[in-house]
Amino acid sequence: MRRIRVIPVLLIHEGGLVKSVRFKDYRYVGDPINAVKVFNEKEIDEIVILDIDATREKRPPDFRKIREIAEEAFMPLAYGGGITSIDEAKQLFNLGVEKVIVNYTAVHDPGFVTALARQVGSQSVVVSVDVKKNILGKYRVFTKNGREDTGEEPVSFAKKMQDAGAGELFLNSIENDGTYRGYDLALVTKVSGALGIPLVACGGASRVEDFAAAVSAGASAVAAGSMFVFQRPHQAVLISYPGQQELKEKVFSRLEVK
Amino acid sequence: MLAIIDYGVGNLASIRNMFKKIGAEALVTNDIGKIREAQKILLPGVGAFDHCMTLFNASGLREIVTRKALEEATPTIGICVGLQMLMEGSEEGKEPGLGWIKGRTVRFRQDQLGNLKVPHMGWTSVRSCKTSGLTGGFTEDTRFYFVHSYHVQVADPRDELIAAEYGTQFTAGVERGNILGVQFHPEKSHRFGMQLLNNFVRSY
Repeated sequence: MRRIRVIPVLLIHEGGLVKSVRFKDYRYVGDPINAVKVFNEKEIDEIVILDIDATREKRPPDFRKIREIAEEAFMPLAYGGGITSIDEAKQLFNLGVEKVIVNYTAVHDPGFVTALARQVGSQSVVVSVDVKKNILGKYRVFTKNGREDTGEEPVSFAKKMQDAGAGELFLNSIENDGTYRGYDLALVTKVSGALGIPLVACGGASRVEDFAAAVSAGASAVAAGSMFVFQRPHQAVLISYPGQQELKEKVFSRLEVK
Repeated sequence: MLAIIDYGVGNLASIRNMFKKIGAEALVTNDIGKIREAQKILLPGVGAFDHCMTLFNASGLREIVTRKALEEATPTIGICVGLQMLMEGSEEGKEPGLGWIKGRTVRFRQDQLGNLKVPHMGWTSVRSCKTSGLTGGFTEDTRFYFVHSYHVQVADPRDELIAAEYGTQFTAGVERGNILGVQFHPEKSHRFGMQLLNNFVRSY
């Protein structure tokens, strides 16, 4: 049976864990280390931690905090936020981080992705691609938490990152983030079709069936935030993760490779 | 005490953290004296094969680790590229391997993978090929986290301990006497990884 990775995404903002809607309207969810401990018990496939303040505040990753998180993360841990040098990336690996996620630095200097991949191996380098439609209705890559339009078109940007040495792309739909309306499948199809490297779909998941849809559209793995930290309909904070049986029935069993 | 051999490859923190979690005494070390005293050896490895072999050869630790593994029969486990280092060589590089297990490391062949991608990255179910202390407690749910483009091929089929499938069946773990190795990352495989490392600590 083929499996796909199902990945909770945690956002760190002002030291706490938050969840956004369309990259805005942050809501406090709790303490990141506690959340990681709970996710650990739920035997999740992988975890993504993004410090959404670091780049804006022009500061490096909070290594002390990441060390505490890594000590509790007995699953692959990917970290993004404020990484601007190979040294910083190496420090993160030494703390137990499995993959580094770059965005702002990759957008402004694709050569950084190449240098990083050469030093640490492509499989540890993830580029996050945050996409939103511009006023003309065209998909564009944004950076700085969706605030800055790079003017880049997602497919050509994704290819450029792949050529630069990225081992994986983390594709975020800004418009679907936190909305529970499912992944932007058109976007996933478009970008994954142009890539040889794995693509992780993120933004909009509300139920396990959405994962199968994203994989059919070409994603190699799926990520979600709100779905794993809130309980609907009242959006109470409750950390959850689908059980293996449900994933098998609704996702894995439908993935058999032709 | 279990010695995690620090010959210069990174990310040993996760391995140490997991031993701490399961309450086993493990030391990340490049100290020959400490390695000499160790009751168990863990040989890590990450990145390119030649890079690992070159660092290990230059570390000054190969001699003591070899003596422990081959002469004193100290239980020794290689992880990821650490497993590949136990073999005679690898398609990925030019450096000879340690040759403690007969066979070589080969790349996944795309024609056997269909539309699956290399590296094989993610969680994959495994099965134990023989009765062993390391795989005690394995069930049909047992799965591990893998990140690799190369896998080992043992010359003697009796050395194969764990099998997995990714497009094609491949060897994910070996055991020959006191020499063991696994291709996946137990330190990143929560419950299953803890069980496996616990087995290594308590059953050998």
